Amino acid sequence: MVVLSTLVFFIGLLGVLIRRNLITMLMGIELMLNAVNINFVAFNHYLFPHRLEGHFFALIVMAIAAAEAAIAIALIINIYRKFLTVNVDDVDELKY
Amino acid sequence: MTGPKIIFFILAASIVVFSLLSVLDRRILRAAIYLLFVLVALAGLFYMMNFQFLAAVQLILYAGGIVVLIIFSILLTSQINSKLDAPRKSHLLSGLITAVGGIALSLATVIPFVFKATASDAIGTDMRTIGRQLLDTGEFGYALPFEVISILLLAALVGTIFIARKSKT
Repeated sequence: MVVLSTLVFFIGLLGVLIRRNLITMLMGIELMLNAVNINFVAFNHYLFPHRLEGHFFALIVMAIAAAEAAIAIALIINIYRKFLTVNVDDVDELKY
Repeated sequence: MTGPKIIFFILAASIVVFSLLSVLDRRILRAAIYLLFVLVALAGLFYMMNFQFLAAVQLILYAGGIVVLIIFSILLTSQINSKLDAPRKSHLLSGLITAVGGIALSLATVIPFVFKATASDAIGTDMRTIGRQLLDTGEFGYALPFEVISILLLAALVGTIFIARKSKT
């Protein structure tokens, strides 16, 4: 289970590193968050079955991921409106 | 090989394969659909570990919410058949070195480690226990994170509307 989570985490990291598109980078971040969730749930289930800490932590991570995705997509669409691209190399100004 | 083990390996293999595909596929819409497969397989994994509520939340929030948002933003920002540029050689090389090196390092650390399970009775993961603990203020209570999350979601809601609205000027 931990091995699986490690693999998924670093595949997500690879996705963030090799892509230059904002949306695919966001997808890589989602993969990494999910890998962390696998770890929390697996440790909760196999090592500490008498309490639910990992379960609630995974829930909170999911809620934060949802908020983060909503904000990120609002930003991406705003960036696209101004620059007409979502490529991070072309978006090089903060104040427009 | 018992039944649950076979199912676990099928789910794990599909998670790894689809996450690789979603990272490496150059057609961006397909990458989003592969991400959806990863998230659904993960929900199956949670279900296998008896976390039914977490599996349901994963399906609703990720598969139903985030992937739909991502697909919408893809359709708003790029053509449906558009392909991403191939990653630059230097980026691909450095990314691969980081990923493979990180996998090797953390597996070399984790695999020899012996995890000790606590010998105590398993708590039920039915909705009654989850709801009681989530809103409990005593020991094993999670009322404070629950409220903090609700504030965060409200802030995200307001911030998203503020960012995404059309400027009047």
